[in-house]
Amino acid sequence: MIKTLWTVVQRDLTLALRNRSDLISNLFFFIIVVSLFPLGIGPELETLRLIAPGVVWVAALLASMLALERIFASDFDDGSLEQLLLTPQPLPLLVVGKILAHWLVTGVPLVMISPILGIQYDLSSDVLWILVVTLLLGTPALSLIGAIGAALTLGLRGGGVLNALLVMPLTIPVLIFGAGAVEASASGLGGEGHLYMMAAILVVSLVFAPLAAAAALRISVE
Amino acid sequence: MLEVHQLQCVRGDRSLFSNLSFTLSQGELIHLHGHNGSGKTTLLRALCGLLEPTAGSILWNGESIRLLREEFAAEVIYIGHKGGIKGGLTAIENLQIAAQLDGSPITTAAGWRALEEIGLYGFEDLPTKVLSQGQKRRVALARLLVTRAPLWVLDEPFVALDKDAVAQLQGVIQNHIADNGMVLLTTHQEVNLTRGEVRQLALGGENHRD
Repeated sequence: MIKTLWTVVQRDLTLALRNRSDLISNLFFFIIVVSLFPLGIGPELETLRLIAPGVVWVAALLASMLALERIFASDFDDGSLEQLLLTPQPLPLLVVGKILAHWLVTGVPLVMISPILGIQYDLSSDVLWILVVTLLLGTPALSLIGAIGAALTLGLRGGGVLNALLVMPLTIPVLIFGAGAVEASASGLGGEGHLYMMAAILVVSLVFAPLAAAAALRISVE
Repeated sequence: MLEVHQLQCVRGDRSLFSNLSFTLSQGELIHLHGHNGSGKTTLLRALCGLLEPTAGSILWNGESIRLLREEFAAEVIYIGHKGGIKGGLTAIENLQIAAQLDGSPITTAAGWRALEEIGLYGFEDLPTKVLSQGQKRRVALARLLVTRAPLWVLDEPFVALDKDAVAQLQGVIQNHIADNGMVLLTTHQEVNLTRGEVRQLALGGENHRD
């Protein structure tokens, strides 16, 4: 089972690394959106500190929605999705592998670049640290939830927008607790409660999202 | 043994075929005929479990493929119009990953041998997106040389292949039949598969059987 998971992850990572433009464009989207706010609002540190958690989190949410469109699309187009469905491996496991690989190439770079972007908002090092932890817990949850929508809208024209409409409401809790944790810690309240909640969301989506996405894929391939 | 009972498939609001029944036993080949749009691909996809038929049942050794699911998936290999080949991966990577996920991993040496046999000598470690249509097809078909699945479902396997490759693929299919395998295929090309039991099944209009 681990071997199967590893095969899928390795396959998708190899493909992503050979086609780096997708990967980089996603990261740059995040960097630019986050950087536009300080430029637009001006150098008022009080305001920037106040909006930082929300802005970074909304940008991360949009970036992962954009990237999710592609998670199953290329496999669908070239027929390898059919082949994945016809392997004797449990489909949810293959889906977990695909989501994990997708998160490693789109989510992890966002997490790693976020402290540097946070400096533009004059966040203290403690708050930056919390920001990284929330993104680390939140972006995999976004990928998992988004994969359901991506699987459902596979092969539809304008599927990307539809996917965003379907999935965004489901990601609101992640956004609230993610931004909330950073805010709470910036105002000295401590964001642990929010972090536990995010961990819980991650665990729940890790259990249910692959099952739902697998069922959706079967429908889409028909 | 694959048994099909009273199968019906509806696409949109058009019934492609109904009351279709046949069996496929070991060492048999069924050549599926029918004009464009008669439901050949739909039937093949239903038979390998990609598509739920509207009515009827498909049994593998007496059990419904819906219930067997992954167990049945291990017994069948499907090669469709889209080959399922990743353009970003090389031929050998494609073959090895497919074999690994199919549950019968192959060594690199075995992969190279299969690719050489199918006529891709010298192209094994190029990304498949730079290969020609026929060569991509050969990469997809190389899976037939390394698979252990008894049931082969082939949708237009001869498309884009040159004469030599067609002859070779016919040989591969005949060997599989001789080994008590089962093959279901559609093709519009003239194919002579003389060895073993070849049955014809026509879709569209009346469903004749022989």
